[in-house]
Amino acid sequence: MRDRGIIVGGLILFLGLITFPVWYNVTAGSTAKGPEPKRPEQEKTCVAPVGYMRTSHMDLLMDWRDEVVRRHNRKFTAYDGKSYTIGLTQTCMKCHTSKADFCDRCHNYAGVAPTCWDCHIDPKLVQRSTG
Amino acid sequence: MNALSAFVVVLALAALAFVGGQVVILRPLFGVILPWAAILTLLLGLTHRVILWARAPVPFRIPTTSGQQKSLPWIKAGWLESPSSTPGVIARMALEVGLFRSLFRNTKAELREGPRLVFGEDKALWLAALLFHWSLLVIFLRHLRSFMEPVPAFVKALAALDGFFQVGAPVLYVTDIIIVLAVGYLLLRRLRNPQVRYISLFFDYFALFLLLGVVITGIFMRYVTRIDTVAVKQLALGLVTFAPTVPKEVGSLLFVHLFLLSALAACFPFSKLMHMGGIFLSPTRTLANTNRMKRHVNPWNSPVKVHTYEEWEEEFRDKITAAGLPLERE
Repeated sequence: MRDRGIIVGGLILFLGLITFPVWYNVTAGSTAKGPEPKRPEQEKTCVAPVGYMRTSHMDLLMDWRDEVVRRHNRKFTAYDGKSYTIGLTQTCMKCHTSKADFCDRCHNYAGVAPTCWDCHIDPKLVQRSTG
Repeated sequence: MNALSAFVVVLALAALAFVGGQVVILRPLFGVILPWAAILTLLLGLTHRVILWARAPVPFRIPTTSGQQKSLPWIKAGWLESPSSTPGVIARMALEVGLFRSLFRNTKAELREGPRLVFGEDKALWLAALLFHWSLLVIFLRHLRSFMEPVPAFVKALAALDGFFQVGAPVLYVTDIIIVLAVGYLLLRRLRNPQVRYISLFFDYFALFLLLGVVITGIFMRYVTRIDTVAVKQLALGLVTFAPTVPKEVGSLLFVHLFLLSALAACFPFSKLMHMGGIFLSPTRTLANTNRMKRHVNPWNSPVKVHTYEEWEEEFRDKITAAGLPLERE
């Protein structure tokens, strides 16, 4: 058959599509550099070790939610014995003040859309709109 | 026996990658060099295969049909089942690739009491195959979030749709459940059905176990043991921007995931997995049925030296006349 043109065309199309991430990153100028979320300056320890927070902070947040919503418990004792009040906006965002500079950096980088902000509000946004 | 050896080989590969992921000097090997080598093998091998197929001569139309061929105007032709035009071929191919229409016609035969051979429909294989392939495509596209920066909108939209039920955090993806069930069924079918088990080769099981291994490690990393997603993305971006890094936060399970996938990719051009390209190069599917509409002459027919009866008669005219035999041309 005289279908070689179609076959080679299809092959080139496939190779172009499968290597699409390569071209995409070249045009976007992306590198393997991380998102670098802005860390708090004054506070040195978090409610859990950094390794745990990096991989499993959502577990902790879900546990916190259940503790408050279902058991009405707002007290959390951390791994190092310190006591914290359970609360995303109250406790987490006291140190990690900016959603845009902390939460969103990694979430956008990894393409994650957490549902936290369906209910919780970004304090900075509120300040800006009222003040 | 084939199943057991395939299982053992996959386990050994997984163990190798798990140990390799914990040895510092081996991490670039399992994280960068082997995945690159596997992708290169896949792309070069696939191209080579397709070019080999493209060079194979297909002088005549050999579509497999299950409908009336287009002939006389008053005979209704099956435009889809026996396509006589390119649009018909495209429609039939699209339905075949997207919905596995020919597998939908799959039947089973059973020997019942009597003895009586009973035929029946068997849609389970079609359903499992369809669910598996579509889930695999969705999962493949979802993984682009780690390979592209910024994450494209269609990847985000697909992930949102896949995580529609919003169960837990990270959100449970429906395709993750479907693919386990579908591959599990395909594996059980091979093991349980005696006829299928009889014709199953080592690679049939090997591919399924590799796929299961990749899927299960992926699910474990996402839902159970957790992984530093940012570090994984840095590794993945390093691979596609040719500036490799293997961050120290990347867990061992990712190396198992990557290594099993690399094995699958490296096997791809040499195995039945090439049906991905092969479906588009099947003369029985991609050719329009124009056997009667057009005269198909073999394009490389060499001129044959013929000696016609007339020439023969001319050559032996005197001898035929002498024998008193009749002549075509007096």
